[in-house]
Amino acid sequence: MPPQMTQPATTEITYRDAMREAIRDALHRDDRVFLMGEDVGRYGGCYGVSKGLLAEFGAERIRDTPLSESGFTGAGIGAAMAGMRPIVELMTVNFSLLALDQILNTAATVRHMSGNQFGVPLVIRMATGAGRQLAAQHSHSLEGWYAHIPGIKVLAPATVEDARGMLWTALQDPDPVLIFENVMLYGMAGRLTADAGPVDIARAAVRRPGRDISLITYGGSLWKTLEAAAVLAGENIDAEVIDLRSLRPLDDATIMTSVARTRRAVIIDEGWRSGSLSAEIGMRIVEQAFWELDAPIGRVCSAEVPIPYARHLENAAIPQVPGIVAAAKAALGRV
Amino acid sequence: MTAPTDKPHLSREHMLGLLKEMIRIRRFEDKCAELYTREKIRGFLHLYDGEEAVAVGAIPVLEKRDRVVATYREHGHALVRGVPMTTVLAEMYGKQEGCSRGRGGSMHLFDRATNFYGGNAIVGGGLPMSIGLALADRMRGDDIVTACFFGEGAVAEGEFHESLNLAALWELPVLFVCENNLYAMGTALALSESETEIQRKAGCYRIASEAVDGMDVIAVEAAARRAVHAVRESRKPYFLECRTYRLRAHSMFDAQLYRDKAEVEAWRHKEPIVRFQGWLEANHMVHPEDLARIEAEVAAEIAEAVAFGEAGTWEPVEQLTRFTYAEAEG
Repeated sequence: MPPQMTQPATTEITYRDAMREAIRDALHRDDRVFLMGEDVGRYGGCYGVSKGLLAEFGAERIRDTPLSESGFTGAGIGAAMAGMRPIVELMTVNFSLLALDQILNTAATVRHMSGNQFGVPLVIRMATGAGRQLAAQHSHSLEGWYAHIPGIKVLAPATVEDARGMLWTALQDPDPVLIFENVMLYGMAGRLTADAGPVDIARAAVRRPGRDISLITYGGSLWKTLEAAAVLAGENIDAEVIDLRSLRPLDDATIMTSVARTRRAVIIDEGWRSGSLSAEIGMRIVEQAFWELDAPIGRVCSAEVPIPYARHLENAAIPQVPGIVAAAKAALGRV
Repeated sequence: MTAPTDKPHLSREHMLGLLKEMIRIRRFEDKCAELYTREKIRGFLHLYDGEEAVAVGAIPVLEKRDRVVATYREHGHALVRGVPMTTVLAEMYGKQEGCSRGRGGSMHLFDRATNFYGGNAIVGGGLPMSIGLALADRMRGDDIVTACFFGEGAVAEGEFHESLNLAALWELPVLFVCENNLYAMGTALALSESETEIQRKAGCYRIASEAVDGMDVIAVEAAARRAVHAVRESRKPYFLECRTYRLRAHSMFDAQLYRDKAEVEAWRHKEPIVRFQGWLEANHMVHPEDLARIEAEVAAEIAEAVAFGEAGTWEPVEQLTRFTYAEAEG
C-alpha cells in the first residue's frame, strides 16, 4: 500500500450502514438503478441494510417482491437487458438456489449465447455464512459454487471500505456481478474516510504483510484469520493475510507473489472442503508455484455437515481462530 | 391505436401475405429437416410444423419497438419477426455469420436489431425475462409491449406462476402467448395439468385472457390485435392461449411413442396452411399463379439462405472464450 502523507478524516461506520450508503449513493447517481427483493422496502431488509431507503426513494425504486426468487431474479435480468441497472437482493445464498436457473442458465449465458448482442448488467446481493444459530437452511456458504460459473463475477466484501465501494464498481460492470455479504459482518464497525468511493474489484488485497506463511481467505473468515495472525505473531510467526475480495475472477498474481515469498500457504474458506473454492486455489498454487513451496498447502474449511443449530456445534462446524493457528503451525512444522 | 384498427384487414394482399409467411416457415423447416439428416445441422432441432398460424398471426401485429421472447421452437418466431433467414440458417450451421455467431444454434436465436430476445431452451425460463423487460419499459414510461411465447408445458413450471403474479401485481405490459400444442415433449396435456383449460389460469392472477383456435391464422391475428391493443392501452398484462398442434415429433430424436399416428393424421387435415389456403381458394382469393409465385419466392429465399450458410466461416478456435464477458471497447 502506498504511504499516505496525511491521514484523511474518517468516521466509524458499520458494514450494514456502509452497504446502505453504497445503495443510496447508487440510487442518487443513476436513475436506472433500483433495488428489488423480499422485504427490502417496508421491512427495511431482513438484515436492515435497506432501512429508510423506501421513504427516501419510493416504492418504484425500492421494490418489495413476493417470495418468488426465480421470478424476480429473472425480472432483474430482463430489466438489465432492457437498459436498467437493477440490484436484486436475495435474502440468503440458501434461497438463491431457487433462482439458480435464472442466474446460471440465463444471466451467465446470454452474452455468449447471443453472440455478444445482449449483456446482463445486473447486480445480485445476498447474505452468506454461519454464526447466528440459524441452522442449516440459513447458514451455508455457497459462494464457491457461484465462483464455478463462467459469465458471472463473484465478490466478497470483507471490510467496510469494500462494503461501501464494491457496489458502485459492480454496477458499472456490463456483466452480472454477485455480491456475498457474510452475516457476521453486518454489525462490524470500521473506519471509513469521508471521501470513500468506488473500489477496484479485480485485485486481492494484502491485509497484513508477513514473510513466513500466506494465509489466503475472504469474507467473514478474514477477521478470524487476522486474529490468528496476531496469535501467530506472539509465537514469532510472521503471517501474511490475503483477502481475495473477488472469488471470480481470482487474482492469481497476488496469491502467487505472496506464496513465492513465504513458501507456505493455508487457505481459510467457510465452504465445505470437498470441491470447494479452497480446492481451486490450492490447485492453482500447485500449478503455478509448486517449486516455490516448502510445505504441503493446508486448508481450514467447514465440517462436512449441514450447519447445525446448537451454538457449540455451529462453532465447531466453521473455521475458527485456533484451527487456523494450528493449520499455520502445521505448515511450518511447528506442531 | 384505436379500436377499429384492431380488426384484420381482409384484403387479398394481406391474405396472401399471411399465407406466404406460413409457407415460408414450413418450407424453411422442411429444408432444415433435410439438412439435419445430411448432418449439416446438428444438436436439437425442434420444428414448428402445424403451429405456424400462431407466429404469423401474432407477431406482425407488434410494432418494431416491441419485444419478443421465444422458446427453443422459435424458427418461426424469428423469421416472422424479421430475423434474416440467411443468418438464422447460418446459426444452425454453427457459422460465425449466424445471428448468434454460431454460439447459440437452433434453440438460441437472438437478434438485437429486431428486439428478438431468444431462443430459450429452459422451459418457462423466458417468462421472468419478459417480466423484467416490461418492468424496465413501465419504469421509463415507454410505450412498448413485450410478447412472451411459451408452450403449455411451461405452465407447470413455478416460473410461470411467479411471472404471471408479478405481471399482474406490478401492472406490466406483457402479452403472454401460450402455444398449447397438447404435448409437453411426450407428455399429453391431461397428464401434465390438473386444469387443462390453460386460459383459466390467467384468471387466477386477474389477468384478462382469451383462448383462440391456433390453427386459424385469421382468428389468431384478430385475437392478437385485441390483445396487443389491450396491453398497449391498459399497460397491463394479457394472456392469449392459442390452441394448436405439433404435427412433427418434439425433436429430431423423438420416435413419438406417446401418441397414435391416427391422431396426427386427423390433425393434418386441420393444419393451418391447408386450411387457410383451402379457404382462400374456395373464396377465389388465391389463384394458382399466386401459389406458384409464393413457392418460387420462398424457394429462392431458402436457396439463398442455404448458400449463405454453406459459405459461412468457422470462428477461429482461438476465439472460443470470447463473449463470456464483455470486451473492453476499442
